[in-house]
Amino acid sequence: MRLKPLMALAASMGLAACATTQSHTDNTAETTPYASTYQPAASSPTLIRGATVLDGDGHELANADVLMRDGRIEAVGQNLAAGDGVEVIDGAGRFVTPGIIDPHSHLGVYPSPSINATEDGNEMTQPNTAEVWAEHSVWPQDPGFYRAVAGGVTTLHILPGSGNLFGGRGVTLRPVLGARTVQEMKFPGAPQSLKMACGENPSRVYGERNSSPATGMGNMAGYRQAFADARRYADRQRAAQEGHGDPPDRDLEMETLAGVLNGDIILQWHCYRADEMANAIEVSHEFGFHIAAFHHAVEAYKIPDLLAREDICAAMWADWWGFKLEAYDGIRENIAFVDAGGACAMVHSDSEVGVQRLNQEAAKAMADGRRAGLDISRAQAWTWLSRNPARALHIDDETGTLTPGRRADVVVWSADPLTTYAAAERVYMDGALVYRRGDPRDPPSDFELGQTYRERGQ
Amino acid sequence: MRILAALLVALSLAAPAAAETVLVRDGRVVTNGAAGIIQNGDVLIVDGRISAVGENIAAPRGARVIEAHGAYVTPGAFAAMSEVGLSEISGSGAPNDADLEGDLVAAAADTGRAFNPQVTAVAVTRMEGVTRAAIAPSETASLFGGRGALVSLGGRADSVFRSDAFMVVELGETGATRTGSSRAAVWPVFEAALRDAREYPNRYRSGQGGAVLNEIDAAALQPFARGQGLFLVHVESAADIRRIIGFKRDNPSLRFVIHGGAEAWQVADELARANIPVILDPLSDLPDRFERLSARLDNAALLQRAGVRIAIAPQPGSVDAHQARLALQLAGNAVTNGLPWDAAFAAVSRGPAEIFGVGDQLGRLERSYRADVVIWDGDPLEVTAAPTAVFIDGVEQPLVSRQTRLRDRYNPSRRQAR
Repeated sequence: MRLKPLMALAASMGLAACATTQSHTDNTAETTPYASTYQPAASSPTLIRGATVLDGDGHELANADVLMRDGRIEAVGQNLAAGDGVEVIDGAGRFVTPGIIDPHSHLGVYPSPSINATEDGNEMTQPNTAEVWAEHSVWPQDPGFYRAVAGGVTTLHILPGSGNLFGGRGVTLRPVLGARTVQEMKFPGAPQSLKMACGENPSRVYGERNSSPATGMGNMAGYRQAFADARRYADRQRAAQEGHGDPPDRDLEMETLAGVLNGDIILQWHCYRADEMANAIEVSHEFGFHIAAFHHAVEAYKIPDLLAREDICAAMWADWWGFKLEAYDGIRENIAFVDAGGACAMVHSDSEVGVQRLNQEAAKAMADGRRAGLDISRAQAWTWLSRNPARALHIDDETGTLTPGRRADVVVWSADPLTTYAAAERVYMDGALVYRRGDPRDPPSDFELGQTYRERGQ
Repeated sequence: MRILAALLVALSLAAPAAAETVLVRDGRVVTNGAAGIIQNGDVLIVDGRISAVGENIAAPRGARVIEAHGAYVTPGAFAAMSEVGLSEISGSGAPNDADLEGDLVAAAADTGRAFNPQVTAVAVTRMEGVTRAAIAPSETASLFGGRGALVSLGGRADSVFRSDAFMVVELGETGATRTGSSRAAVWPVFEAALRDAREYPNRYRSGQGGAVLNEIDAAALQPFARGQGLFLVHVESAADIRRIIGFKRDNPSLRFVIHGGAEAWQVADELARANIPVILDPLSDLPDRFERLSARLDNAALLQRAGVRIAIAPQPGSVDAHQARLALQLAGNAVTNGLPWDAAFAAVSRGPAEIFGVGDQLGRLERSYRADVVIWDGDPLEVTAAPTAVFIDGVEQPLVSRQTRLRDRYNPSRRQAR
């Protein structure tokens, strides 16, 4: 048992927590277009006592306590004092983890119900639509957000679809129940991403229209020409900032690509095959940017060394395979092998169903990895669900682990969450209890409110 | 012993060549039958059949003995709806026999003749403990999806053991899109098709022809229209389910099973009275279609409590060729949402076998049943569990697939210089 001296740490982190809070309190929200207006729900100090804690950072603590105050993790350890006014939750027999972060979701942009009017995730009108933002398609009333919270999810990265070489900007959201605007869901301070796509999808979509890209080589040419153009655009932007010449005319597509080159926008790249991931890495070298993560990465297990060297995370399913050629080499040990190879492994859903039980996907990968001879603890497996996606989304100083000072995104599970029978009993977001299993409540989505279908028929 | 000997003689013709005599000893034996779960049970396999189940069974001379050491020993799982064996790769423009396009045939489509036992997914699926599957096309241009088949996943040439096990019919939202975008047209078309089928071949020979069916579809539909076959109906909403219940009341000879049934919990008592089983998806909880607006996670538990016969499979639209193995995870999630464990396991084994009319030979560990037997390293409904041995018709299956070959090639725990 690796029990860290968390009490002392907690004390020293108290100030840091305040500082962090301030740095992310965005007072310009009223004036900056599209900025986050997220406000944590009201919380009171809470102590979960005597649970098995998986801290998200690879450690398991038996019979441990988690103290949340002012929306932040205050302390994790044994025999923590409750203090006055602290609500105490009995954690006996329960497991406590950080909230799950799904780095690949289309909730809101492909919401329920799925009809023509809600097909809002894929601007397949030209291969480069870097100018569109997924957040502008997000429907906050998607009933899927509530189901995700019930599965222990506290943060989601919402991406455009993969029909284009450049799909547009992704956004990191809180699944805020009852949110009226997407701005109320935006994770404060989280950078936007650019969604790119390798492989079969863009070349199929545009090849069928007899336009470029129609091939894998057409895909590569498309990426490279766009970044070459964006380099010029970014150079002119910078020169103008330094007092040399006029800034370029605003071009929303170029702004996004320049943001990638500047490091302001993180790159999330849909790429199944090992060889295509390697090609994508070469593009990043040619134009000097960093790839935060490959998504779907069905063949990541073939190149953990490349991923580790380049500090690129891989977002993966536990066992999806065979639905198209580039998914043919899927194996159940993919996540475990990437992890064992020293790369940053993440579980993702890409599914309004899968997002509800990502813990089971991690459990499958852990079990299959163990059967293949790897030594994987359940605490390690949990890093695939929270710490590593936080890293890939550049919010790891805010959430993803139960480190004092981090946002108190916490799930209390009825049993070992790396099993089928565990259910999220309590979900805390920024220290506020946002979900309790079995609580009778109206559906948070306005869409579902008042529909009579739920009344038992006669 | 005399009974056993007689049984062996009777069964010897049907037994696969490589079947051996195997005694699985000291398992937690899930019989799915009257004996329930036997805590320290033995299972004797002889000539492809279960020869005995119980405690302290003596090993016959020459029998191979497998010590289960308390592990779960169960009947093989039965995928209640799948496209396994109908494509190697389902997308990418690769050939996919689950996509039934065009209007040449609909009801006459014969899924059993599309099944290929050597498809990679067959081995991938069976090594996860799924030994049988009901298969049918999912994409169709007509109200009728064709004749579904029952297959073994043992990879043998004779894997199709029932070729016209059920007739797929779309009577919900999808059905509406097949008949002019309105349910108002679905039922008249369905009824006209049944008349065409019943009056085959006369109205075709007379030159009158069918009202809605061509001759080959009418011929294929005839036994089902006469109550000799099972209609597998895709419906989700309570309103559509009630129409089926009413139709069956007026046509008591016809047999129906509902696939989907997201809102079946609302009409659970009526379904139980009408004796209409439901193949449902325990993960269906989203209003992703208007016909599923009241989908909920405890659908399985509510139906089971009301006495409705259930089986578990992915919902219509989610059935695929590669992940039939996840039926056990679906069943486990039904347990998490209130379904008793025994009922959940039965819903992916005995339930499908009974619904498709082969419950007298599959789905249980009882004497004379086909020896589809799986030994597990944990609770089979747990995602962390996997089989340690799989028998189909008494033949032990290699726990090897294209996926395990890839795993072994890239396994970092045994990686050598390449």
